[in-house]
Amino acid sequence: MADVKTFNLSCPVPRVADDRIVLAHGGGGRLTHQLIEKIFIPAFANDALEQRHDGAVIPVAGARLAFTTDSFVVRPLIFPGGNIGDLAVNGTVNDLAMCGARPFYLSAGFILEEGLEMETLRTVVTSMKDAAAKANVKLVTGDTKVVDKGKGDGIFINTSGIGVIEGFPGLAKEARPFDKLGAGSGAPPLPREEDRVVPHVSPILRDVGIGPWSVQPGDAVIVSGDLGRHGIAILSVREGLEFESPILSDCANVWPAVEALLHAGIDIHCLRDLTRGGLATTLNEIASDRNVCIKLEEALIPVNETVQGACEILGLDPLYVANEGRFAVFVPAAQVEAALSVLKKVEVSQGAARVGKVEETPGHTVVLQSRIGGNRVVDMLSGEQLPRIC
Amino acid sequence: MKFLSEYRDPKLAEQLAAAIRKKVTRPWTIMEICGGQTHTIVKSGLEDLLPREITLVHGPGCPVCVTPIELIDKAVAIAKRPDAIFCSFGDMLRVPGSSKSLFDAKAEGADVRIVYSPLDALKLAKSNPDKQVAFFAVGFETTAPANAMAAWQADREGVENFSLLVSHVLVPPAMEALLSSDNCVVKGFLAAGHVCTVMGFEEYFPIAEKYKVPIVVTGFEPLDLLEGIHMVVCQLEEARHEVENQYVRAVRREGNRPAQKTITEVFEISPRQWRGLGEIPASGFQLRGRFQKYDANRRFPYSGEPAQESPDCISGMILQGLKKPHECPAFAVKCTPENPLGAPMVSSEGACAAYYHYGRRQNVQPELSSPASR
Repeated sequence: MADVKTFNLSCPVPRVADDRIVLAHGGGGRLTHQLIEKIFIPAFANDALEQRHDGAVIPVAGARLAFTTDSFVVRPLIFPGGNIGDLAVNGTVNDLAMCGARPFYLSAGFILEEGLEMETLRTVVTSMKDAAAKANVKLVTGDTKVVDKGKGDGIFINTSGIGVIEGFPGLAKEARPFDKLGAGSGAPPLPREEDRVVPHVSPILRDVGIGPWSVQPGDAVIVSGDLGRHGIAILSVREGLEFESPILSDCANVWPAVEALLHAGIDIHCLRDLTRGGLATTLNEIASDRNVCIKLEEALIPVNETVQGACEILGLDPLYVANEGRFAVFVPAAQVEAALSVLKKVEVSQGAARVGKVEETPGHTVVLQSRIGGNRVVDMLSGEQLPRIC
Repeated sequence: MKFLSEYRDPKLAEQLAAAIRKKVTRPWTIMEICGGQTHTIVKSGLEDLLPREITLVHGPGCPVCVTPIELIDKAVAIAKRPDAIFCSFGDMLRVPGSSKSLFDAKAEGADVRIVYSPLDALKLAKSNPDKQVAFFAVGFETTAPANAMAAWQADREGVENFSLLVSHVLVPPAMEALLSSDNCVVKGFLAAGHVCTVMGFEEYFPIAEKYKVPIVVTGFEPLDLLEGIHMVVCQLEEARHEVENQYVRAVRREGNRPAQKTITEVFEISPRQWRGLGEIPASGFQLRGRFQKYDANRRFPYSGEPAQESPDCISGMILQGLKKPHECPAFAVKCTPENPLGAPMVSSEGACAAYYHYGRRQNVQPELSSPASR
């Protein structure tokens, strides 16, 4: 036996070179974040980009426009509950909604792979037409490219969208002062200084209250419905899993829910859709931006039984699984009941639930109280969520 | 939900925690063997419920963590062959070898695929007859039956373009290695429930007797773990050292005989290198007899340099329970899940990754270099 008694141990693993794009750079977690912070923001820095929101809010001729873009590379192209077409429309519509903007116009860029069946393209385009009609948006410009067989995955779609921020009662207000940024909480500093973002509120946003910069201690966190359906629907097809009751993607336009909140005069502090990286990643971004602690209660977080079961089998955590028709909304604690009652009346958000609250310390942290009463930190996703061995 | 929420009931958890608090009179260090148990403990914040007398240390039962670096290098070398499809369970992909991980190889064009079962890899071999399909057969006794079955079926169906890169390890020899070490701090064990589902628990009786240590076969849900801890604490406080079974809904004393038969038919016991523990005799499996034609080691001779050791990572101490992850100076500073220095930072079952993700880093203690308490 080789020195098991003396245990002269070290770990034979050197640091890995970081010189290529890996899949996790597109996973929505920390590597995506690093890519944005280290490559894109330095190159393109400007006031609108500095908002670091789902879309940019820009002033044009006295109006406040929201502008956003998103690319869709989902495999399989057609999945339970939707396809890449309605995903491409709803994804961009939802990014506009997260700015508090009514969606109006979309563009669509198609990258098609040689050999794609025309019938598949027709199915996808029909879904886009239907989704656009349902969301009351027009596809007003577009582009098509075809690449060699093997250079694409059937269809890639990029959509960009323009929306308008209207004068709802909840919107015309000052950005909230919360000058605790960087204030020490007594907790040891976290080792991710280079990742941290100090939010910069651009002057053009002074009168738009919706955004991470408005989140403050005392806010309640509401999610608009149960989590993880889209990611599990996709995985179930990829892995050939079958469930007693099939899981359909939650892919949907969430603007009706946002519009209802705005109409009701709810004081919305922040909206975020829960796409790649799921609830955990979104909340980490906000906790980090605002140097606050977001406390979740596991027992309050809505997850469908079949989704939970699939996550257990696959070794995944529903907090990190992607959604395509769910968002988180931050509101003052006093307005929780009002916001929930508004949301529950809208179809797309009838499963809304309060899941946690914002506290001052420890900063830059998301904490979850488990069902059995223990606490854990919910970190940003590192790389892709990988299935465990056993 | 059936078999899920029942085992996460907050009232029952509090009752068990209260029973542990009532029973305990002095400090005890208990090791959970399996990475799946570590995962549950940290994910559910279970240690918050335990009295301060109880210290849990996280054992070597994470297949990703104990697979030697040479094997990763071999896997990468096979994956990079132009005629190869390399299949693996998901969390092996991020483990860095001497210079790269399977993920890196994939980014450079290698055909690396995540599968959920070795039989899926066999299927791939059948549908890609012009390719060499290799499967990374890692794990403890739990994954051995399925891996054995893949070789057995390949043999029966005469599939020749399929092979297994085997790195199978066994729990009882690792427990003995830990217990026979001079600096062993562990006073009681939670044995790995799923390993015992396959193997039963008869082989633990001699260990409990020889080292006077309580061993409780334990499941993976929060209530399982609390009950297992309670049973170990009762034994320790009453100066007993027995083998008990908490996980009765899944584990029988004799285990799963048909699974054991398949394992024995395909594999034979062999010495194995354990990352962090060194070579332990008779601590793993290798393909036997006529199944050796499926040994990827033989089929793809490897000529790489032996792996270089780096001094920064203390994963060996961590796998033995001598140190907690946050006691490593590199923890969360030089060593993170994106840039792991050691395998325990890679798998979600690895103690370091579990600590990193689920927040034990909040409790970083000042005396980073002090020896662990006995």
